[in-house]
Amino acid sequence: MTVLDEPVRHSPAGPAAAPRGRRGTAWLLTAGLAVALLILVPVAAGTGAYPIPVGDVVGSLLHRTGLGGTELDRVAESVLWNVRLPRIVLALLVGASLGCAGALMQGVFGNPLAEPGVIGVSSGAAVGAVAAIALGLDFLGTWTVSVLAFAAGLVTVLAVYVMARSGGRTEVVTLILTGIAVNAFAGALIGLFLFFADTAAVNQITFWQLGSLAQATWPKVLAVLPCAAIGLGLAPLYARRLDLLALGERPARHLGVDVERLRIVLILVIALLTAAAVSVAGVIGFVGLVVPHLLRMAAGPGHRFLIPGSALLGALVLLAADLAARTVAEPAELPLGVLTALLGSPFFFWLLRRTRRGQGGWA
Amino acid sequence: MRLARLVPSRPAPPPRPAPGDVLAEAEDVRVRLGTRTVLDGVGITVRAGEVLALVGPNGAGKSTLLGALAADLPVSGGVVRVHGRPAEQWSAPELALRRSVLPQSASLSFPFRVEEVVRMGRAPWAGTDLEDEDDAAVAEAMARTEVTAFAARPFSALSGGERARVALARVLAQRTALLLLDEPTAALDLRHQELVLRLCRERARAGDAVVVVLHDLGLAAAYADRAAVLCAGRVAADGPPAEVFSGRLLSEVYDQPVEVFPHPRTGAVLVTPRRDM
Repeated sequence: MTVLDEPVRHSPAGPAAAPRGRRGTAWLLTAGLAVALLILVPVAAGTGAYPIPVGDVVGSLLHRTGLGGTELDRVAESVLWNVRLPRIVLALLVGASLGCAGALMQGVFGNPLAEPGVIGVSSGAAVGAVAAIALGLDFLGTWTVSVLAFAAGLVTVLAVYVMARSGGRTEVVTLILTGIAVNAFAGALIGLFLFFADTAAVNQITFWQLGSLAQATWPKVLAVLPCAAIGLGLAPLYARRLDLLALGERPARHLGVDVERLRIVLILVIALLTAAAVSVAGVIGFVGLVVPHLLRMAAGPGHRFLIPGSALLGALVLLAADLAARTVAEPAELPLGVLTALLGSPFFFWLLRRTRRGQGGWA
Repeated sequence: MRLARLVPSRPAPPPRPAPGDVLAEAEDVRVRLGTRTVLDGVGITVRAGEVLALVGPNGAGKSTLLGALAADLPVSGGVVRVHGRPAEQWSAPELALRRSVLPQSASLSFPFRVEEVVRMGRAPWAGTDLEDEDDAAVAEAMARTEVTAFAARPFSALSGGERARVALARVLAQRTALLLLDEPTAALDLRHQELVLRLCRERARAGDAVVVVLHDLGLAAAYADRAAVLCAGRVAADGPPAEVFSGRLLSEVYDQPVEVFPHPRTGAVLVTPRRDM
């Protein structure tokens, strides 16, 4: 009897110790990612068919921002500012958007396998972009492709959400199967546009399907900047509420979350971010899947770190992948989407097996 | 205006209720789920300072009534009032300061740690004066439910009974005056069943109102101040367990012969099914 009434045992570290440890990891990771980005950006800017020493890159960057440094010769300056830097900035924007969209999507679906590429939202957005190119639409100037990609992405993510959810839950199997169906349908639409498009448009569309940053220019950067900036700026505001959503829809509502509104706003943000990425770079899969997962394993599932962290790591990963894509097979260039799929698919496979083990088979 | 709505201003915390205040009330409530009428003309009053047990056979509408009191479900007839105001007139953040809800089963999409899960119960108070109580409320709730020992473990690594207690700790940490608990004892062992109902009783003595769905009529008789027996979407009886729990009523409601008799030593009400016929 006395044994049963033994008083509560406190863990030696105390209850507050655990999250503090995770918070420490989060700060370390943030700092590490920021430093890695600061190193990788000038390295990537200096690497390529026309090498520029890293010191010169930094000098030119400082010169243009009016902080001293020196201007380079005409060719180097042109390569750096007209070719390399727009591509790097675009890689950062697209990577951050994809990483952040992945983290948000997994939070909204309450499912760690949700990702814009896997569930077909990227392909959906690509249909909008391809339609703009194939039909030669330019009623909104350089923003036409982005806007159409956003509209198509939004329709797709709403459709997937409605189809994949039942009873306030998203089953893994339903989600993946919905993704297959959506990807197939989007593929068919893109195929149709290809069939009716002229040769120039076909070349451009092929580029979309493979995913690439090779055609980066400053106007393209400007075209995606608003979408990406709005999405990346809004996302962290919903971090706490996404944490609560992990408990389920009703418990989240019991804790004061307006679940309906949260869902609508976040689906809009996801569509914005995905459209931003797809409209300039085509379909680049698995970044949104792999990045939040790695961070969750390292620093826990709290969204206050996960969302900005995924944007940072997404930017880093895509910049590195793009650097690899344009240097590994020099002078040829690997399509970026092919490269990320090559590396991401095995990870996805491993994740599927792990999730399945965790659930004891598909329900 | 639009921006102001994106970042909602925090509602003011409600004042502490006085004993006997009506914190939730269902009046002639009718709830339809699909084509089935699950609640039909249910009236019930939940007062501060008392533990109200909802009992009845499977499908009688206990969880639905709890959901209606929690403002989860739209009612198709009658009215549900929470803290004196029709439930649908409260916003989600306002309700979260006034009532907490323990769902029948606890799930979690991502591997948060136990302490983080319990801390989620404090989310409604972020930005209010009572935010300072967060650490104390979390620590107390974990100690009361005896989950402090695995505070640092991921929720997904816990057993069913441990999860149930963590979910309860989250609800306790929310520190609302109205607690709605759907089968808090279902996954628990004997000792923890008693612990949970003692907790309910303590919260009621401290001035809160506790509504608890129970299957164990013995537990309901021992700990509830009042019991409402639901049967086929209606309240068959409502009152102190000693008065409400009669062999005849329970046998009829459960469609199973039931005996009610006093404990030989303490005189407490005992309820068992008759197995000798």
